[in-house]
Amino acid sequence: MFYRLSGTYHTSYEADRRLWKIPTDRWLVIGLLVLALLAPLYVSPLYLGSYVLPWVIWSAAALSLTLLMGLAGQLHFGFAAVMAIGAYASIHLVRAGIPFEIALLLSGLIAAVIGAVFGGAALRVKGLYLVMATLAMQYLVDWVVVNIPAISGGAHATLRTPAVSFLFLPIESLAARYWLALAWAVLLTVFFMNVKRTSFGRALVAIRDKDFAAAVIGVDPFKTKLMAFFTSSFMGGVTGAVLAFCFYRAVTPEQFGFNVSIQLVAMVLVGGLGSVIGAWLGAGFVLLAPIFLTNLVSGLAAGGWVPVSQNFLSHLPLMIYGAMIIGFLLLEPLGLAKIYDNIRKYFLVWPFRHARS
Amino acid sequence: MAYFIELFISGALTGLMYALVALGFVLIYKSAGVPNLAQGALVMTAGYAVWMVMSWGLNVWIAIPLAAAIMFGFGLVVERLLLRRMVGQPVIMVVMLTLGLEILLRGLVPGILGSTPKPIDLGIGFAPIIIGDVFINRTSLYGGIVALALVGASLLFFRTRLGTKLRAVSDDHVSSWAVGISVERAIGISWGLAGIAAVVAGALWGSSQGVDWTLSTLLFPAVAVVILGGVDSVPGVIVGGILVGVLGTVIPGYLDSIAGGSTRDVVTSLIILLTIMVRPFGIFGREDIERI
Repeated sequence: MFYRLSGTYHTSYEADRRLWKIPTDRWLVIGLLVLALLAPLYVSPLYLGSYVLPWVIWSAAALSLTLLMGLAGQLHFGFAAVMAIGAYASIHLVRAGIPFEIALLLSGLIAAVIGAVFGGAALRVKGLYLVMATLAMQYLVDWVVVNIPAISGGAHATLRTPAVSFLFLPIESLAARYWLALAWAVLLTVFFMNVKRTSFGRALVAIRDKDFAAAVIGVDPFKTKLMAFFTSSFMGGVTGAVLAFCFYRAVTPEQFGFNVSIQLVAMVLVGGLGSVIGAWLGAGFVLLAPIFLTNLVSGLAAGGWVPVSQNFLSHLPLMIYGAMIIGFLLLEPLGLAKIYDNIRKYFLVWPFRHARS
Repeated sequence: MAYFIELFISGALTGLMYALVALGFVLIYKSAGVPNLAQGALVMTAGYAVWMVMSWGLNVWIAIPLAAAIMFGFGLVVERLLLRRMVGQPVIMVVMLTLGLEILLRGLVPGILGSTPKPIDLGIGFAPIIIGDVFINRTSLYGGIVALALVGASLLFFRTRLGTKLRAVSDDHVSSWAVGISVERAIGISWGLAGIAAVVAGALWGSSQGVDWTLSTLLFPAVAVVILGGVDSVPGVIVGGILVGVLGTVIPGYLDSIAGGSTRDVVTSLIILLTIMVRPFGIFGREDIERI
């Protein structure tokens, strides 16, 4: 019905290498892109600013992290610190008079260098120890940002982002901020879809599956891991800058704390490791599901349907969020991407189910 | 000099109390090979359990064993419902599952039992012990003694029949199955024991700073302790604990006024980073050799 091919039957290697193996997928994505571009026209500013815009930016962050965790298999529990470096660097660079476009790139580079240094320090180890080392990075960066007044502007200060324009478009109105964030997220998405088909992407996957074995077939594990940390931290740094300029507009160190790192890992895992669509779905789910469920319960509580205390309600988002992580890991470890994939596979041959391979 | 000695002693005692938290982590890692990042939240839950039982009007000495029984059961349930289904999954799944449990407990327990700090009175008293010019915190002193006793007890426990089974399981799951040891039950028991260790830690930390969600932040120093001492070494907990406690107290004691506060987290982070760079398996840990 939707997928008129009723299965994928490639007759040439070229067809198999294509980015969109099925035309319907391409039209679906183009349709979604048009919908996303026109969102400021039909979504109310309240929803656009508080739900859609953060979703787009966190999707970009999840994409950056899933390059490292999903493709290269390197666990990172300090990714919020990388984003913090990008955010603070971009603000200070713009304040120093550097154009916003260049400041974005430079802040990404700074984040990439610092992220790669920490990554390089931890490259001897993997698994649990890598988790701990990146955790230590999170605390160190947090402390440096908080305790050096030149960076944070004082212990409990908030740093306002200066007014900027991107390619002559002033980043002031909600729509302009949304479009900039969307452009960056789309750029990352296109990059991510293509990186899997390059030699770099294949090297990352080889490292993920077994680094000793990858070394045997001629992939330098140290270099590749370092490049993975560099690339991912660059993307994360620019995303942090976009987050600061397009969404928060006044940054404090608490916005990039340890809990944010956990949230990012949760987005990647709930979405599905190493998947583009998983990053988008995971970011949306982790960000929005606790909000909607809490609103639902507090609505019910206000109506007197469920007897819960105010204290319980204020802890409810935390409970839902924790239960969600546990639930996904137990019931669908491959995440939302796998659920989408199952549905897609079903409809790919619908209604000729016997044709499914 | 008196200032240094005071910092040193209070650091060592605090470190021993960190070791209480870390002991639960090591007990589980040693038998199941699972990094339990929910240990901080388990300590918090145990603190709440002690407070809850005491609020029924029971004496401390009845309340703590009762809470220990509750937490032993809780550990068994967690292992049965959550961790057993994670066997054979990559480490990221297990780490994230325990972190999810930590988040869930941090919401659920204060959400139900109240988030204002709850006092636990162990009958220790707050007056410091004064030796010469040196003030020693009474709670930390008793906490340190209890930590030493508990670690000694765990070392003895690993020489009993049940403890030998746990050691066998920690060596190799499949061979343990082959000789008729129930690996599932052994891992369940290790979670229960971690629950009991959490009760002791929760009661002592709760009496020194009150029971609320901040008890779960003890995870971070405890992680430094186990990384430094070795993730699968029970005596390593004591050595790592004392080192982390002393460095994390003495250095901030001199630097905090210069660098502007909370250098303790920095010291803890640096301990983790340097250990991982120099000797990833810790002081007493067993180095794992990886085969393709």
